[in-house]
Amino acid sequence: MVRIFIPADTTACALGADAIAAEVSLQAQNRGLDIAIIRNGSRGAFWLEPLVEIEADGSRYCYGPVNPGDVAGLFDAGFPGLFDHALFLGQATDIEWLARQDRLTFGRAGLIDPLSLDDYKQYGGYEGLDKALDMSPAEIVEAVTDSGLRGRGGAAFPTGIKWRTVLNAPADQKYVTANADEGDSGTFADRLLMEADPYQLIEGMTICAMAVGATEGYIYLRSEYPKALVVLSQVIATAEDANLLGDNILGSGRDFHIHIRVGAGAYICGEETSMLESLEGKRGLVRFKPPLPAIEGLFGKPTVVNNVLTLAAVSTVLAKGAAHYQEYGSGRSRGTLSVQLAGNIRRGGLVEVPFGASLRELVEDFGGGTASGRPVRAIQVGGPLGAYLPESQWDTPLDYEAFSEVGAMLGHGGIVVFDDSVDMLEQARFAMEFCAVESCGKCTPCRIGSVRGVEIIDKIGRNENGPANLELLEELCETLDSGSLCAMGGLTPMPVRSAVKYFPEDFEGSIANGFLR
Amino acid sequence: MRSPNGAPVAVVSAAVQKYADTPGGLLPLLHEIQADLGCVPKDSVALIAKGMGLSRAEIHGVISFYHDFHYQPRGQKTIHLCRAEACQAMGSRKLEAHVKSRLGIEYGGTTPDGRFSLEPVYCLGNCACSPSIRIGDDVFARVDADRFDELLDGF
Repeated sequence: MVRIFIPADTTACALGADAIAAEVSLQAQNRGLDIAIIRNGSRGAFWLEPLVEIEADGSRYCYGPVNPGDVAGLFDAGFPGLFDHALFLGQATDIEWLARQDRLTFGRAGLIDPLSLDDYKQYGGYEGLDKALDMSPAEIVEAVTDSGLRGRGGAAFPTGIKWRTVLNAPADQKYVTANADEGDSGTFADRLLMEADPYQLIEGMTICAMAVGATEGYIYLRSEYPKALVVLSQVIATAEDANLLGDNILGSGRDFHIHIRVGAGAYICGEETSMLESLEGKRGLVRFKPPLPAIEGLFGKPTVVNNVLTLAAVSTVLAKGAAHYQEYGSGRSRGTLSVQLAGNIRRGGLVEVPFGASLRELVEDFGGGTASGRPVRAIQVGGPLGAYLPESQWDTPLDYEAFSEVGAMLGHGGIVVFDDSVDMLEQARFAMEFCAVESCGKCTPCRIGSVRGVEIIDKIGRNENGPANLELLEELCETLDSGSLCAMGGLTPMPVRSAVKYFPEDFEGSIANGFLR
Repeated sequence: MRSPNGAPVAVVSAAVQKYADTPGGLLPLLHEIQADLGCVPKDSVALIAKGMGLSRAEIHGVISFYHDFHYQPRGQKTIHLCRAEACQAMGSRKLEAHVKSRLGIEYGGTTPDGRFSLEPVYCLGNCACSPSIRIGDDVFARVDADRFDELLDGF
């Protein structure tokens, strides 16, 4: 029997993977071939999806990108055997785009059946928890601190320090929450992990619970990810059956339960305090800090709020040791960064590399430039609240501090590429519009300022009193920046200011540019 | 909830009973009602409020805060069109104009035959193969005007 792997990942399916699986099954049946189809996750090489793999001699051979219409022809040519074909890519390890990465977190993605606990364990899964169960809470926290791991959601707060705060907070109940409200445009790493290697998140949360003394955990999953919901629900049930979740985990005497809560389409709920409000069943209004969630979080109890990738990385830190994780990276940014190449890019997908690679390396070497074939003009890094960077900034190393120095941020690692047809005034306008749509409404600068921002940018676009309105826009940005409670209002100026600063020619008005906006 | 057979009342009551003791149970409760009834009927707010021990204002506040919840039923299929940056970089503004003109509706609208509703969405996590749309629970990648028409004709 030949094992054939066809991803069930959202992007692979958006490109026809379900139809391919059905066609492969039908063709094999018609030809009397003995095959088994395994719906794996994606390896994150989305430019090669749908990527169909065949297992032979213990190796995996790839064909891609396969269209549903290609399947019959592939069978005619000898599929599922191995043969020379335009779509044949060789072994997965031969694909340079994948081979050049350092996959600490995404090593299993695409390789395993995401629903199979055996697969997960076969490739090192639950080694981290095994070790954690033999350690004291303080020792686990120390390992996480020593690894240098910082929050992958965007704020880059040292994870070990957050955990220590929760560990040291006396309470009758503590919580671990996974922020899976991955709302930034250009990001899909959390989704990929949850769909391709979901036990890693469960394991990371469990280790966290052991470290801080929590017995209840919540995954706050955005409603835009229906496939991840199905996968997570199944693996949580499997983990419970295997006593990896629930009461007296593996006989340790410790309990931990995980609940999934589905968001309802609000970007702001990715902000940690807004997420906690939403988990409590309320409007996602941002809370004042202090108190920190680590002291008074969910239902007023000490709570760890970590991004999916942060929690996932913890399993690697525990399994392989803090020193191993710490070896990767640059400066104070340790470990690997899961970069997501998106937008107008030829070879888009998930690239996991140590911190320190340059933006240019990512976009040009891995990304292969634009999908449209036109020159890259602007790159937005870090989601809708991140800066638009011109070519002069592309040699900036991907490192939290280096990005901060140039007035940008890495955020959750999303890189969105625009070619030279982009109108940066439109992009600045969208940043304000997005803030107006998604503001929770608590702070006036964010709620009202964003609406005024759209109006001002429209005036600039109509060439109405341009210089004065640009000055007013800068003042407005200053107000949002300094007068907002959270990053939504505080960082909306980042894309706006960077667009004005680096692409001033787009703000000179319609007449100057010779076309109507 | 003006239904001759009283089914919506039963659905709301059952959901309230199910989630009344769940910590932070209001969101899952609303999701469940909407999945069953296609919307959260406005006249169910009082019943939900009573069952959850909250005020009607609080229930309305939550329903109106989140983009996903709505008082009026939508079309048979909701089309979510991604308006976020990665899709913009691949021509989603053009696609948006086409979709609106093809369906003859704006965001928040439903086609007169009740088949399709159109909603904006800010990222479907499919950003390496933009532009993206979601129809029901299915996401589609690299959608241009022709591909959209093809998809629509398939329904």
